Amino acid sequence: MSFKQVFEQHPWEEVKASIYAKTASDVEKALLSEKRTLEDFKALISPAATAYLEPMAQLSRKLTQKRFGKTIQMYIPLYLSNECTNICTYCGFSLDNKVRRRTLSEAEILQEAEVIKKLGYEHVLLVTGEANQTVHVDYFKKVLRLLRPHFSMISMEVQPLDTEEYGELIPLGLNTVLVYQETYHQEDYRKHHPKGKKSNFLYRLETPDRLGKAGIHKMGLGVLIGLEDWRTDSFFTALHLQYLEKTYWQTRYSLSFPRLRPFSGGLEPKVEMSDRELVQLICAYRIMNEEVELSLSTRESEKFRDHCIQLGITSISAGSKTNPGGYAVEAGSLEQFEISDERSPGEIARVIRNSGYEPVWKDWDTYMQGSMANS
Amino acid sequence: MLKIADKTFNSRLFTGTGKFSSSQIMEEALLASGSELATVALRRVDIHSSQDDILLHLNHPQINLLPNTSGVRTAREAVFAAQLAREALETNWLKLEIHPDPKYLMPDAIETLKATEELAKLGFVILPYIHADPVLCKRLEEAGAAAVMPLGSPIGSNKGLKTIDFLEIIIEQSQVPVVIDAGIGAPSDAARAMEIGADAVLVNTAIASAGDPVQMARAFRMAVEAGRMAFEAKLGKQGSQASASSPLTAFLDEL
Repeated sequence: MSFKQVFEQHPWEEVKASIYAKTASDVEKALLSEKRTLEDFKALISPAATAYLEPMAQLSRKLTQKRFGKTIQMYIPLYLSNECTNICTYCGFSLDNKVRRRTLSEAEILQEAEVIKKLGYEHVLLVTGEANQTVHVDYFKKVLRLLRPHFSMISMEVQPLDTEEYGELIPLGLNTVLVYQETYHQEDYRKHHPKGKKSNFLYRLETPDRLGKAGIHKMGLGVLIGLEDWRTDSFFTALHLQYLEKTYWQTRYSLSFPRLRPFSGGLEPKVEMSDRELVQLICAYRIMNEEVELSLSTRESEKFRDHCIQLGITSISAGSKTNPGGYAVEAGSLEQFEISDERSPGEIARVIRNSGYEPVWKDWDTYMQGSMANS
Repeated sequence: MLKIADKTFNSRLFTGTGKFSSSQIMEEALLASGSELATVALRRVDIHSSQDDILLHLNHPQINLLPNTSGVRTAREAVFAAQLAREALETNWLKLEIHPDPKYLMPDAIETLKATEELAKLGFVILPYIHADPVLCKRLEEAGAAAVMPLGSPIGSNKGLKTIDFLEIIIEQSQVPVVIDAGIGAPSDAARAMEIGADAVLVNTAIASAGDPVQMARAFRMAVEAGRMAFEAKLGKQGSQASASSPLTAFLDEL
């Protein structure tokens, strides 16, 4: 049993049609329910719910504060490598993109880490492309051993791995793995991933199952908004989350909703999502699931991020560089995508405080996950 | 006065330190609450730094620290975290929280009992957070818990004393203090908990997420005092037994 069986019971076109058929009374019912179902979620992301955006936002804020208090967690990405053997039509690191490739050495990683630590960060997200010849499990083990003494929480957004490989990394301090499906539309997925290991839709789809079996503490899901109808893709994200929560009940979950950003020579979004619609989605996720963490990156604009702090978001990044070496080693190199909010972590922390929230830099410790003796 | 292990407390309101909009407001609220025992999530503090923001704001002579193990999933992880906490925070008091379910944060009875047994041997003053399970409370007492902390309803739910029937049994049977933890959403819930004979309550979300946390802390302080006073003054029996209009035993007088 994996998510594949659940996924196959929900044909894309049927799901899409049922979302677009939701009415105002479905939305009202969803807002008034105590326990909400996936049908309620469909109503909340449907065009019919756009008229209910303000009450959705009010409810989302209330539920978020009840669970998470008036706090926002801070994290920052650390790009380790931009080597990649995949072609992804939307990505700056795609194999067919002519950029200089670089994988950071241990000494370079420590240089980058030092800058990040000085910014105040305790939670770091390690990011790579997919280059299994050089950036493999042994490389990750080396990096985790290197960084564990310096950070309280280490997350990874790298190529999907096997259950046993995750099992080797978790005792070394790996807390969270983010693996975005990009799109749940199988044919479209093939179009956007024509070459490389990533072209295997099912292997990616079952990655959260492998993470759950390996006993990961937290995993992050999401789709790249702009590839396909965002409403339908978001339904599948919610379906995936619901399945995972029931199956791997000891794991925490987070969701992201990256909107496709321009990069040099890149793909134009097929589907545009407005700011209003992104707010609708954030609130819908929260109203559907009071416990899930919702994360917002520097892809979004300053003003938008400032307001989202109060809408249901629970973690944000700031001061991010999306190129390996971007903090210290080679600051000027080409980034994976353009960031929209270039303010420093200190500035963002001030914005958070001015909104009546506390920026939280540390909410974990590597010793919370088993004895250090394991490493 | 309430006594747990070797410490006495004037206040029966214990407080949490999470979810506040700033450490400053947390400090003000705690001072207003009169609380003398504040629980701190180990994962939030930097135990290697003497300048940790949360700890600096808790630096008052009357506030005792109660480190908690929130985030651990097994007895083994809890024991490990407890030992680090004892070393870093220089207290052997511990709120033992093992909730492998991160969604509803439900405590794991089996792991909690195991950890209590081990930590008692290591000399900890253990306050385990658990379900309102009377048998489990007795088992924890036997294992060496200094108090028990059964839940009123799920953590952070503000739903009040959903488990009241079981809490009453626990209070009746317990030989260690009973601290009702989790779910207390309003001062009236805290007062009710004290009226039924709880030794103390622990409140976090209801204060931290209030519109005015300092004022709410004050309200909880008064409610806890009032509830305790009512318990000590012995509440009058609820008069719900009506006298039957045609008594069933009156015939006995006629025999």
